[in-house]
Amino acid sequence: MDHAASARVVPPTGFTARLTLVTAAAMAFLAVFALALSLATDRLATRWSDALARSATVRITAPAEEMDTRLDSVMKVLGETPGIRTFRALDDSEMDALLQPWFGADLPLDALPLPRLVELNESAQGIDAKGLQLRLDAEAPGAVLDDHTRWRRPLVAAAERMRFLGILSLLLIGGAMAGMITLAAQAALAANVQVIRTLRLIGAQDRFIALAFVRRFTGRGLAGAAAGTALGMIAVAFLPAANDAGGFLTGLGFSGAGWLWPLFIPVLAGIVAYGATQMAAMRMLKGIR
Amino acid sequence: MIELQNVAIGYSGHDLISEMSLRLVPGSFHFLTGPSGAGKTSFLKMCYAEMLPTAGQMALFGRDVHSINRDERAMMRQRIGVVHQDCQFLDHLSVAENVALPLTVSGRSVHGQELRELLSWVGLRSQADALPPELSGGERQRAALARAVMMSPDILLADEPTGNLDWEMSLRLLTLLVELNRMGKTVVIATHDMNLIRQAKAQVSARVLRISGHRLQLAGADL
Repeated sequence: MDHAASARVVPPTGFTARLTLVTAAAMAFLAVFALALSLATDRLATRWSDALARSATVRITAPAEEMDTRLDSVMKVLGETPGIRTFRALDDSEMDALLQPWFGADLPLDALPLPRLVELNESAQGIDAKGLQLRLDAEAPGAVLDDHTRWRRPLVAAAERMRFLGILSLLLIGGAMAGMITLAAQAALAANVQVIRTLRLIGAQDRFIALAFVRRFTGRGLAGAAAGTALGMIAVAFLPAANDAGGFLTGLGFSGAGWLWPLFIPVLAGIVAYGATQMAAMRMLKGIR
Repeated sequence: MIELQNVAIGYSGHDLISEMSLRLVPGSFHFLTGPSGAGKTSFLKMCYAEMLPTAGQMALFGRDVHSINRDERAMMRQRIGVVHQDCQFLDHLSVAENVALPLTVSGRSVHGQELRELLSWVGLRSQADALPPELSGGERQRAALARAVMMSPDILLADEPTGNLDWEMSLRLLTLLVELNRMGKTVVIATHDMNLIRQAKAQVSARVLRISGHRLQLAGADL
C-alpha cells in the first residue's frame, strides 16, 4: 500500500496536532522522572537490604577485670544461638580503625574503658533478636545486641513502596497517554467523518482509512514522546550527582545501563498511540457502510 | 450486474420503495425519474450497497448483498463509479489528486499520462492543480465524473449530475456519459430533467425507470 498517499487523505489539522505532540511530550517527560524514581529506589532498597541488613553487633560493657569472662560468656551464648552464621570479636586494631575518625590517630586505646564489640552475621534463617538479648542479659550482664535490621527494615520497606509507586506512576502515565491519544484521534475522526464516507464510497477498505489516521497519530505520539524523553533525560542528567552523604534525594537518576531504560518510553508511546488510534478508527468505521 | 427480486428499501421500518424486480445488464442505459423524495437517491445508494434491501433478494455482481463483508463491499465499489449530487471531494487535495483517489485508495499507482487524458476528456486539464472549492458547479460535476470513471468501472451511477448545470454544460456531461455507455459501461442516471432524457434517447437506447407510489416502474416509450 502506498503509505505516503494514505497519509495525504487526512486533512492537515494544526491545533490538535500540536496538542497531541505537546501532551505526548509532557507525558514522556513525567515518565522519565517516574522511571528515574523507580530505578533509584530500586537501587536504594537493594543496597540497604543487602549490605548491612544481615549483620549485627554485640556491645559488651564491663569493668576491665571482668571483660574477658564476659566476652567468653557472650561468645558461648552466640555459639549456641541458632540463626548466626559467623561471629567474632573485633581486635584492638579494628577498634582503633573504627574510632580513629572520631578521636584521631594517637588514641591511647589501652587507657580507655572501651566496650568490646562482637560482630555477627546472620544466616538466611535470621536470629530471634529478643530471645538473644534475654539470654545475654542472663549470662553476660552489660552485653547489648545492636540489631541493624531493626532500623533498616522500615527504610527498606519505604524504598520498596517508593519503587512500587514509581511503577504505578509509569502505568498511570501510559494509561493517561492512551486515553489522551484516543480522545485526539476520536476528535480527528469525527471532524473528518465526511472524508471517511467519501473514501468508503470510492472503494477504500477499512485498513487503508484506519492506516491514514493511525500513521498520523502514531507519528505524533512517537515524536512528542521522543522530545519529552530527551528533555527529561537532560533534566535528570543535570541533577546533582549522588554522593555518600547525599542519601536518597540526590540519588535520583540513572546509572550505567539504566540510561537505556528511558529510551523505551517513545517506543511504548508509539505502540500505545498505534493501539489507541486503531481501536478508535475501527469503532468509527463500524458506523459507516 | 445488479439483480433485484421483490426488493424493498426504506428507513426505520418504513418502506420507501417496495416490490422492485429488475435486472441491470451490462451495457444498458437507464434513467431514473420520479418526484423529489420518491427515493431516487436511496435507489442509487442501494446499487452501491450503502443501503441494504429490507426485503427481497438483491445480487450485486452475482453476490447476495447481505453476504458481502466490508472489504468485499469496498472491492465492489471499485467496480462502481458514482457521481454524487454534491460530488464529495476531499477539499484539501487538488482536482487531479481527487480524480486519482480511487486508484490511491486501492493501492494502485497513478499514471500521469492517463490522468491527464482523463482530465482533458472532461475539459479540466488546466484546473488539475486547483482545489475543489475553487471550481464552478459544472467543473465539479465533470471532476466527479472523471473520478467515477478513473477505475474503469463496470457500472456508472449518477445522481442528478446536471442539477446545477446550464443546458449547454448538461449536454456536454450527457455526451460524456453516452460515450462511456458506448464503451460498454452500464449507466444509471437519476434525474428529473425530461429534456435531458429526450436528448439522450436521440443518442442511445435508454430506458426510463420511474418511481411513483412507492413502486419502481419501467416507463413507456412515450417520453
